[in-house]
Amino acid sequence: MRKFKGVDFYDLDPLLSDEERMVRRTVRDFVDDRLLPVIREAWEKGEFPKSLIPQIAELGLFGATLQGYGCAGMNSVAYGLCMQELERGDSGIRSFASVQSGLVMYPIHAFGSDAQKDKYLPRLQSSKIIGCFGLTEPDFGSNPGGMKTRAERKGDGWVLNGTKMWITNADLADIAVVWARADDGIQGFIVERGMKGFETQEIRGKLSLRASDTGEILLRDCEVPEANRLPGTQGLKSALACLNQARYGIAWGAVGAAMGCYEEALEYSKQRIQFTKPIAGYQLVQRKLVEMVTEITKAQLLCLQLGRLKDQGKASFVQVSMAKRNNVFHALEIARMARDILGGNGIINEYSAMRHMCNLETVYTYEGTHDIHTLIIGEHITGIPAYF
Amino acid sequence: MNLAVCFKRVPDTTAKIRIASGGKAIDPQGVEFAISPYDAIALEVALRLKEKSGAGEVVGVSMDPEGNDVAIRKALAIGVDRAVLVKGGATFDSHATAQVLAAVLKPRSFDVIFFGKQAIDDDAFQVPTMVAQLLGLPRVNVCTSVEIEGGRAKCRRQIEGGEESVELALPCVISVQKGVNGIHDNRFPTMKGIMAAKSKPVETVAAPAFEPTLELVSLELPPERPPGRIVGQGAAAVPELVRLLKEEAKVL
Repeated sequence: MRKFKGVDFYDLDPLLSDEERMVRRTVRDFVDDRLLPVIREAWEKGEFPKSLIPQIAELGLFGATLQGYGCAGMNSVAYGLCMQELERGDSGIRSFASVQSGLVMYPIHAFGSDAQKDKYLPRLQSSKIIGCFGLTEPDFGSNPGGMKTRAERKGDGWVLNGTKMWITNADLADIAVVWARADDGIQGFIVERGMKGFETQEIRGKLSLRASDTGEILLRDCEVPEANRLPGTQGLKSALACLNQARYGIAWGAVGAAMGCYEEALEYSKQRIQFTKPIAGYQLVQRKLVEMVTEITKAQLLCLQLGRLKDQGKASFVQVSMAKRNNVFHALEIARMARDILGGNGIINEYSAMRHMCNLETVYTYEGTHDIHTLIIGEHITGIPAYF
Repeated sequence: MNLAVCFKRVPDTTAKIRIASGGKAIDPQGVEFAISPYDAIALEVALRLKEKSGAGEVVGVSMDPEGNDVAIRKALAIGVDRAVLVKGGATFDSHATAQVLAAVLKPRSFDVIFFGKQAIDDDAFQVPTMVAQLLGLPRVNVCTSVEIEGGRAKCRRQIEGGEESVELALPCVISVQKGVNGIHDNRFPTMKGIMAAKSKPVETVAAPAFEPTLELVSLELPPERPPGRIVGQGAAAVPELVRLLKEEAKVL
């Protein structure tokens, strides 16, 4: 298979450290050698390729920015590059890594007790256990603050009731970080599979993110000990802090999917001859390719500066929103243009453009829809909230 | 067990090669360098032997004309304990390179000095043998299996129509073939390994001056492939095609 060489129109590589480039190279090679050979069949069957989990764990990608507990302690740019390369493979695999790292390990690391960290983090890092994150509900997506899931005190512990929907890794998960409304505000809990009243169910019939496990979490008088409540949380704000981690990874990931589509379309257009010459020689096709590489370059610049700000502790959630909103929007447009350039071949799974395109429809919607991010930025610049 | 692995940085196999002005070297501009694949396998062999024995260290030795340490860092990231970076040697032939490596290796004591069977850029196949000769050590080339036991190395190699088993006393020099001990590539570096690489010791030494015994006259790119020829269309073209395959290409 041809090796992916990356897209670097603005000579950004010298802005990366040797370590950052080595991290990118490693995950890029991993995606070429291990991920791409299995993804087509997994996507077609609608199955998560589980054989990749221990291999990704061995690379050390889970929780890679965290300190201690076997984690690499790398910076945000290196982590972003990992997400970029994984999503060049498939958005579903990047989603798995985002959830395990940003939505499960991060909250335990940030809000958990020492006992919880010791108990869960090393096993999550090595993928001996898999986690999922339960915030969204059937009736509360963009408005998580309206959640109906209740947590009531019972003796020394808690009883949880409610349903969580659109949960990545739900069926695969050994533990779930679940958010529920208690009398004194929203609380986070680590619910283990096997605890009475905890059940998951796969959501079937997806036309997007097919190589990813998506499901529901059903909590029916689910009994959770006090030791499994995250002690350091401050209501909904803490749940949103987790989303901020995941959105950061998505902003980079979208660039990966876009680069994959662009490279595929560029190579194809140089080889596909219609009338008298390769289709890359026609103005309409060139315009599409130029739009693609320009938007990729702009998205790369957003990500790199966002990552540097994050490492200085200066990245705001609004800046993360802008990168997620912009990069996913353009990645989806780029995937559609790539599909178009590929013509009839573009609808066949021998090429990756349409798989990326279908996947990105989900990425456009999850972790804050495109429109919600518009309103987050809109409120920030005008001072006037326009959600309802 | 103290193991050395000598590895060469070569242009990445995906790199587009251009000849530099003067016609005697590759233009390094825009070329990404990687560890030569057979040497990468040698690194993996050494790392696994060390892991199996549970003691000792693996030391990487590599030359780079500008003292660039990208290949060294990669080796450290996959688990090499420390490294010696020899700066210089841009114009060295195999003999001069072997003299430099022998000079660097001589004062350090190793049980085995590993190499890949050849570097994939110049395909000279010479350095491991020359280093062994200069150090006065026994050597075996192109091994397909290597075991270290009781102060001896037990190796197997493929020969015409069969296999050969050899044993040699440590210290010794061993060069390895792809597939040795079931290894076809080095492991992926881990994220933790990459982060740890920068704090591992790298000793930089200047390459001693040695006179090349060969003069490199020129490098040339392979000639461009001539364009294909269309002999006709449909069934009518078959007799002419068969005639050409028989008489010109001589493949039928």
